[in-house]
Amino acid sequence: MPEITLPARLVGVDPVRSIRTPARLDFNYTAGRASSHFLHRVANKELYGQRCPVCKMVYVPPRGCCPTDGVPTVEDVELRDNGTITSFCVVNVPFMGTLMEIPYVSALILLDNSDIPIMHLIQEVPYDQVHAGMRVEAVWVPDEEMGPTLESIKYFRPNGEEDAPYESYKDNV
Amino acid sequence: MADVEVLTAPLVIEYPFSRTTGPVIGAFFTALREGFIVGIRAVDGRVLVPPTEYDPVTSESLTEMVEVGNAGEVLTWAWVHEPLPDQPVDHAFAWALIKLDGADTGMLHAVDTGGDESAMATGMRVQARWLPARPDGDATEDDGVRRFREGHILDIACFEPEGNA
Repeated sequence: MPEITLPARLVGVDPVRSIRTPARLDFNYTAGRASSHFLHRVANKELYGQRCPVCKMVYVPPRGCCPTDGVPTVEDVELRDNGTITSFCVVNVPFMGTLMEIPYVSALILLDNSDIPIMHLIQEVPYDQVHAGMRVEAVWVPDEEMGPTLESIKYFRPNGEEDAPYESYKDNV
Repeated sequence: MADVEVLTAPLVIEYPFSRTTGPVIGAFFTALREGFIVGIRAVDGRVLVPPTEYDPVTSESLTEMVEVGNAGEVLTWAWVHEPLPDQPVDHAFAWALIKLDGADTGMLHAVDTGGDESAMATGMRVQARWLPARPDGDATEDDGVRRFREGHILDIACFEPEGNA
């Protein structure tokens, strides 16, 4: 690296080595009609997806159309709050804004009868026992805290069933 | 689904970046913290402010840091009628390219004329309005409010017409 020559007033002065450059993007997010309807039903502990009339995939949360076929999804499919872990991540790095104690597990959960996994937390099981194929169920927040948000599900926990066969979730791994 | 109440919620995406400055940009910020401004001499002899690590024409490494004045001339400007929340001045102001005394390039900063657009003119003289130095022993917690110079472009709160008290 070439030697930098400083003006006299900077010689021997403790140098600045880094600066803070925080970035903040302040949005209002509008959920749209399909997602809003889904979230209103979540507030009643109801989960549902929508089936594409062409490819027959059941999307959850429903977005109102099929991203593959570009057609409206009009058939509602009622879902239980049980599913299968298809993939997961043990989080060991704390980051700004998190309320969780590390390590904790974030997982993709394929709700029964749906074809797209949702992401949520896994609790009530040691992090090193979480695995793909594990059967889980939703734990909802107390009734007075329920609202139109996926945070109405506190987390998922093992539901005690045998592991799902790989064939049942292989398309989502 | 025609009667669905559509939901809206705030969504804030925030990254707490910091970046290392290296010897050239670091010297620029060090000088700001100390209350003056430095540039760097280019291969053709011009003084670039803010300094660049490499010559803009030949790409050679530049090494000679040069102190310049804290007042200069407005080369060009744009009036901001309604400032955004994090901008340097909380009433109408100008963004301006300012050629400081002893420099050969313009540096972007805000010019505060007290909200008076008619007081802005290309070629007008402006001077830096500095934040105070941090007093010895001051241990004010960082709450995001700029009170003292710390090595940041906003150690210059803004520029103002020369001769302002």
